[in-house]
Amino acid sequence: MALTRRDVEAVAHLARLSLTEAELERYGAQLEAILGYVESLNRLPLEGVEPTTHLSPATDRARPDRPAPGLTQAEVEALAPEFRAGSVRVPKILEE
Amino acid sequence: MTEFETVIGLEVHCELSTKTKIFCGCSTKFGAAPNSQVCPVCLGLPGTLPVMNAEALERAILVGLAVGCTIRRRFKFDRKHYYYPDLPKNFQISQYDLPLAHDGRVDLAGAHPVRVKRVHLEEDAGKLVHEGAGQQIATGTAALVDYNRSGMPLLEIVSEPDLREPAEAVAYVKSLQTLVRYLHVSDGNMEEGSLRCDANISVRPKGADELGAKIEIKNMNSFKSIEHALTFEARRQRDALARGETLAQETRLWDDTAGETRSMRSKEAAHDYRYFPEPDLLVFTMDDARLAVIRGRLPELPWTKRLRYVQTLGLTDYDAGVLTSDRTVAEYFEATIAAGAPPKTACNWVSTELLGALHGRKLGIGDSRVAPRQLAALIALIDKATISGKIAKTVFAEMLVSGADPDAVVKAKGLVQITDEDALVTSVRDVLAANPQSVADFKAGKSQTIGFLVGQVMKATGGKANPQAVNKILKEELTR
Repeated sequence: MALTRRDVEAVAHLARLSLTEAELERYGAQLEAILGYVESLNRLPLEGVEPTTHLSPATDRARPDRPAPGLTQAEVEALAPEFRAGSVRVPKILEE
Repeated sequence: MTEFETVIGLEVHCELSTKTKIFCGCSTKFGAAPNSQVCPVCLGLPGTLPVMNAEALERAILVGLAVGCTIRRRFKFDRKHYYYPDLPKNFQISQYDLPLAHDGRVDLAGAHPVRVKRVHLEEDAGKLVHEGAGQQIATGTAALVDYNRSGMPLLEIVSEPDLREPAEAVAYVKSLQTLVRYLHVSDGNMEEGSLRCDANISVRPKGADELGAKIEIKNMNSFKSIEHALTFEARRQRDALARGETLAQETRLWDDTAGETRSMRSKEAAHDYRYFPEPDLLVFTMDDARLAVIRGRLPELPWTKRLRYVQTLGLTDYDAGVLTSDRTVAEYFEATIAAGAPPKTACNWVSTELLGALHGRKLGIGDSRVAPRQLAALIALIDKATISGKIAKTVFAEMLVSGADPDAVVKAKGLVQITDEDALVTSVRDVLAANPQSVADFKAGKSQTIGFLVGQVMKATGGKANPQAVNKILKEELTR
């Protein structure tokens, strides 16, 4: 499977990575090797096989609806780069 | 001129009122101080793992069953990726190709049924407040994030594009609101955001099979704004098509103040959410035995109740609609008839007198000081002619305030209706003696004069006289 330069750029953008020319080159080649490996699945006879989403045979793990203590507002404040009026302050969302 | 038809599909989001969030033990109470109901899991801190809230899952399946969906025997959760400050993990745990319920329908009273495409469970995002003029995203200089809402269990109910009018869309959302309240799974409160709605709306030439360009409308926060936004948008699209323009798929925001929808800059390149199975949650399964247990939690559904009130209790569809739109009202009404009141009379008292009085005091039926048993006793007093319908209203007003039994009020205030003819004859004779002109008029053939005389006797007895008895005695006395 051949990855175009635009594919690599698009994936990098979706992951919010800003890559240099050299990195685009290097990661592009690595990505292609990984996809090539996964593509080997296409050579197997898989008709009638359900897609595997989870490897564990365990299912249905859930917890009762019982409250547990979490963090205090002060603890959240200590984690936040910027904090105002009890809230985490983030830069403006829409670009000009 | 081409005639156009509007096609609407709705995505309704409903926050489940479980005690804790979907994947952690944080409280879901509304109105807490910002960022006071959070933990490493719902803040998306590295190294944390989600654990499913069993009650949230059961409630989701309950809603799926109530809207007649097929419940999937094996389902999973998926990650939906996008970057937004209200989503700390940069992905939302949702369901993509295997929603827990699919293919159901909602029957709207007096309209065609609306097919439900799917019902799935996901986590809610945090809440953003934009700083700057008008607190709008477009003019915002920065944003404040409250993560208390992050990780609240959110149910998404997606309809097929079966709605044709804005009013129908409102009726559909209202019936879902009634439903989730009946099931006690959500507050269904639009003002507090526990019930939210996005719409897909397009117009096409009437009779066409293909759908027009699908335009998504967001930010409709009340029933009124759903109706206004969809009415505005349908007209905007019709006008554009009539001018020969082509419409493109986009997302538009409803601006309640300006009364218009506005284009929103397109999100992430063509909605590339890069869904993949959530590796941190195991697969969930559902077998007949568990489904039967959950089905056992289903009460009689609002639309079934409404039909039953019409068909077996003989109420009008309108009255049945009023009584069944709120489960507590329906239960009050049913308790009243169980205590012996005839359904039609009970319906009138509950929907007109009781709800009217409570509404005026901004109270709910749960706040009523008159118990169903007491209302039934009041109705029995009227039926036995112990008191007149008019006096009953006075008694009822007193019951509403004091919570006293109707018999006690009647006795304490001396309101027992005078049906004893001997007692009434004296009053009638007094009135006749005091109104010789009316008596003369009656004898001269003006039979309507009797109405005035009945009124005078009622007045003299403080409204306690039985009007039928008064009428009868008056006629006897006048024709003697």
